[in-house]
Amino acid sequence: MSDVLDRPATAPQFDSVGTRPIRPDGIDKVTGRAAFGADFVMPGALHGRIKRSPYAHARILGIDTRKALALPGVKAVVTGADFPDLDEELIEGGEAASSMRDLAWNVMARKKVLYDGHAVAAVAAVSPAIAEAALDLIEVTYETLPHVIDVEASMAPDAPLLHDHIFTSGMPEKPTTPSNIAARHQFVRGDVDQALADAEVKIEARYTTKAVHQGYIEPHACVASMTADGQGQVWSSSQGHFMVRTYCAKVLKLDISDLRVTPAEIGGGFGGKTTVYLEPVALALSRIAGAPVKLVMSRDEVFRATGPTSGGVIEVKLGATKDGTITAADVLLKFQAGAFPGSPVGAACMTALACYDLPNFRIVGFDVVTNTPKVAAYRAPGAPIAAFGVESAMDELARKLGMDPIDLRAKNGARDGVKAAYGPTFQNIGFLESLEAIKQHPNYAIPLGPNQGRGVAVGFWFNVGGESTAAIHISEDGTATVATANPDIGGSRASMAIMAAETLGIPVDKVRPVIPDTASIGYSMLTGGSRTTFAVGMAVVQAAEKVVAELKRRAAKLWDVSADQVAWEGGKAVCLDATKDVAPMTLKALAGQSARTGGPISAEVSLNAQGAGPGFATHVCDVEIDPETGGVTVLRYTASQDVGRAIHPSYVEGQIQGGVAQGVGWALNEEYIFDAEGRMENAGFLDYRVPVASDLPMIDTVLIEVPNPRHPYGAKGVGEVPIVPPLAAVANAVRAATGVRMCDLPLSPPKIRAALDARAT
Amino acid sequence: MSKIHVTATVNGDPAEFLTDPGTTLLDALRDELGLTGSKEGCGSGDCGACSVMVDGRLVCSCLVLAAEAEGRRIETIEGLAHGTELHPLQQKFLEHAALQCGFCTPGLLVAAKALLDANPDPSEEETRYWLAGNLCRCTGYDKVIRAVLDAAAVLRQERRAA
Repeated sequence: MSDVLDRPATAPQFDSVGTRPIRPDGIDKVTGRAAFGADFVMPGALHGRIKRSPYAHARILGIDTRKALALPGVKAVVTGADFPDLDEELIEGGEAASSMRDLAWNVMARKKVLYDGHAVAAVAAVSPAIAEAALDLIEVTYETLPHVIDVEASMAPDAPLLHDHIFTSGMPEKPTTPSNIAARHQFVRGDVDQALADAEVKIEARYTTKAVHQGYIEPHACVASMTADGQGQVWSSSQGHFMVRTYCAKVLKLDISDLRVTPAEIGGGFGGKTTVYLEPVALALSRIAGAPVKLVMSRDEVFRATGPTSGGVIEVKLGATKDGTITAADVLLKFQAGAFPGSPVGAACMTALACYDLPNFRIVGFDVVTNTPKVAAYRAPGAPIAAFGVESAMDELARKLGMDPIDLRAKNGARDGVKAAYGPTFQNIGFLESLEAIKQHPNYAIPLGPNQGRGVAVGFWFNVGGESTAAIHISEDGTATVATANPDIGGSRASMAIMAAETLGIPVDKVRPVIPDTASIGYSMLTGGSRTTFAVGMAVVQAAEKVVAELKRRAAKLWDVSADQVAWEGGKAVCLDATKDVAPMTLKALAGQSARTGGPISAEVSLNAQGAGPGFATHVCDVEIDPETGGVTVLRYTASQDVGRAIHPSYVEGQIQGGVAQGVGWALNEEYIFDAEGRMENAGFLDYRVPVASDLPMIDTVLIEVPNPRHPYGAKGVGEVPIVPPLAAVANAVRAATGVRMCDLPLSPPKIRAALDARAT
Repeated sequence: MSKIHVTATVNGDPAEFLTDPGTTLLDALRDELGLTGSKEGCGSGDCGACSVMVDGRLVCSCLVLAAEAEGRRIETIEGLAHGTELHPLQQKFLEHAALQCGFCTPGLLVAAKALLDANPDPSEEETRYWLAGNLCRCTGYDKVIRAVLDAAAVLRQERRAA
């Protein structure tokens, strides 16, 4: 069941915005014609393979590539020695800054390997079989080192040190010795210790989560071609081809404009394709081999060598008065970063308490390197982990107070004018509406049976704007092409076409959205941070407005009136000068005469979008426990969310349903499991179990539309906040069903069984 | 190592190719026949993105050797539509927005076609269990299931009309 709730007084009427047209790229995707990363073939392309470390932590004493190079059919071998050493340089990405030195080292190890799966060498050969054989002929001599996986073990003073240049940032004084703690983050308001001491009701608990993978079904893949003069081309699936261009140029020390990157269709990313793994390696191989090189990861490589998100420890203390006013919140977060600094703990700190209006709080977070793959962004990076702790504790607080969990959250909930824990003052937010929508939802009143339980949790995500480019070209028959520079990971072409059509006043099917390569449109930040419909959409609308202004100018010229005497109504130029007896002119008519009114009609807009409206969500989950197996069945799931304005409601619902499904997997099944040597034991979809169709019920959505005044049609980002509440919503439902509070994810059957057994004794 | 000559029927048309003994049907479809609609998501039969029909039986083509296709009838996503006319499943996937990235979509469609061939009127639960071998990470399956059930209704209607 899907509902859209408008604020009636503010709901304008649109022709295209809010409708559900079939996506422009749809037929290609249901007929198998859409070309994803591995589908691209180039004549003469060589087949690449990457050799990976079998050790979690080891010094590379030597790499002998002679035998591999001598194998007939091998055209190139590269190791860390073929990549320049880079200075520390931070580059802003969609949701986090990346250190180019660390990125380069992650792409190809130098001196040390830092996790099982770390790339140490690569080959290009005339066939996959020869490339595979060549990998075995590359001899790497290692000196194994003690490793550390667990975040708290890595923080210990005697932990094996991954890097000797990490001195914890954010400390009052710079430490004198290096450690695995890369950074400390802190947000404080009021006197939390005093407020906790004075609190009438207190909750204190410690929660943990495991590293989980984004789990996109398409493994990373690319083709790269580089010539001896240093010019390169890349075809790859990523969340941003401009990101690929920048990162490859940095890693290989090339001029950015010498690289041209063409986006393939992307088979899921969820943040995990906001960085590069293969592309610089393929370029380096191609440069040596003198031929294009194709690299495609196996699923095993995806799990072992690309970004999961952090496992974490979340310690929460809450203090409240007996009437349910929260007076204090103390949150401590410790996050695995993987092999290099950069866990999402900063964002986790900022989001942890963002749903609430609190007089006293302290949020401290630690970014900790571990011998695991370097984490990559994963949908609302960090926020679900923090929310698991905070929202579980909120549930316990509601129980202790004897309050309805929604009422407790509403009593303390963020609303317009509240200053967020991370700084800004909220305006035009719909958090309370999202709570109320769940409270009033029929699913919230369905009676539960034995072994069943209901859990509520809420979530917040900032949503971002950023640098974006869009171009609109009017064809001579009055149809339009909308070019944007952001890979379409979930239907964004449809929303771009809708917004352009709305602004131009023409039907959506007269607008063709395309995503050109980096040489054919201006720069855009990658697709991430729930920014595309908001920020790129803003560029699309502004470009369409420029086109409309130009169309009015052209009509004015034909009618011999001044441009201010022309209005644009319903896709037609209308003359306002009553002395002129002229019929309105359609876009089609104006486009057909463009040659004699000044030439082709087009506009490109580049901007840096500000004012992304934050996203708030309330979820309620019903589960049933099988006491015999410990299995959890999700019976019902209902999610309400402030979406600003749903440009294409079906894809907004889809974002919510997909985020919920990932969150349910995180809560119940998914985890990285390492053996004693630090090797991942479950690097495949059989043992790393993501939710399948029979694991889930229908996922009901309620779209609440509190328009974002900074966007021409009111859009807010919608893709990320849906994954924030589910971890706790599920855990709170399990708590309700079993009577046992379980604090360590995933809530897999053996853990549930153990908890039930412990309850029985 | 000499190659094996394979002759098969692919989407109703005769097809022949040479293959190494160890090559999978998936790789032969993609690399030898240029049918890249079937996808490799895992290579171990866990994700279903490579689902095809072999002699009317739903299989993961990454788990079938190309040489085993000799004399068989292979149906892939490329054969689901009749020319420009979409199969009701394809049409309903579009109408229900049952795809986001679209990578798992070919495999889901082939598997759903196999379901409706075997069971014209599946329940939601039957549909969910049948499609449990096809991982989708984008949609949460809600719209996928609705699309399949809706397509099943259309096909039943068409059958009654015929």
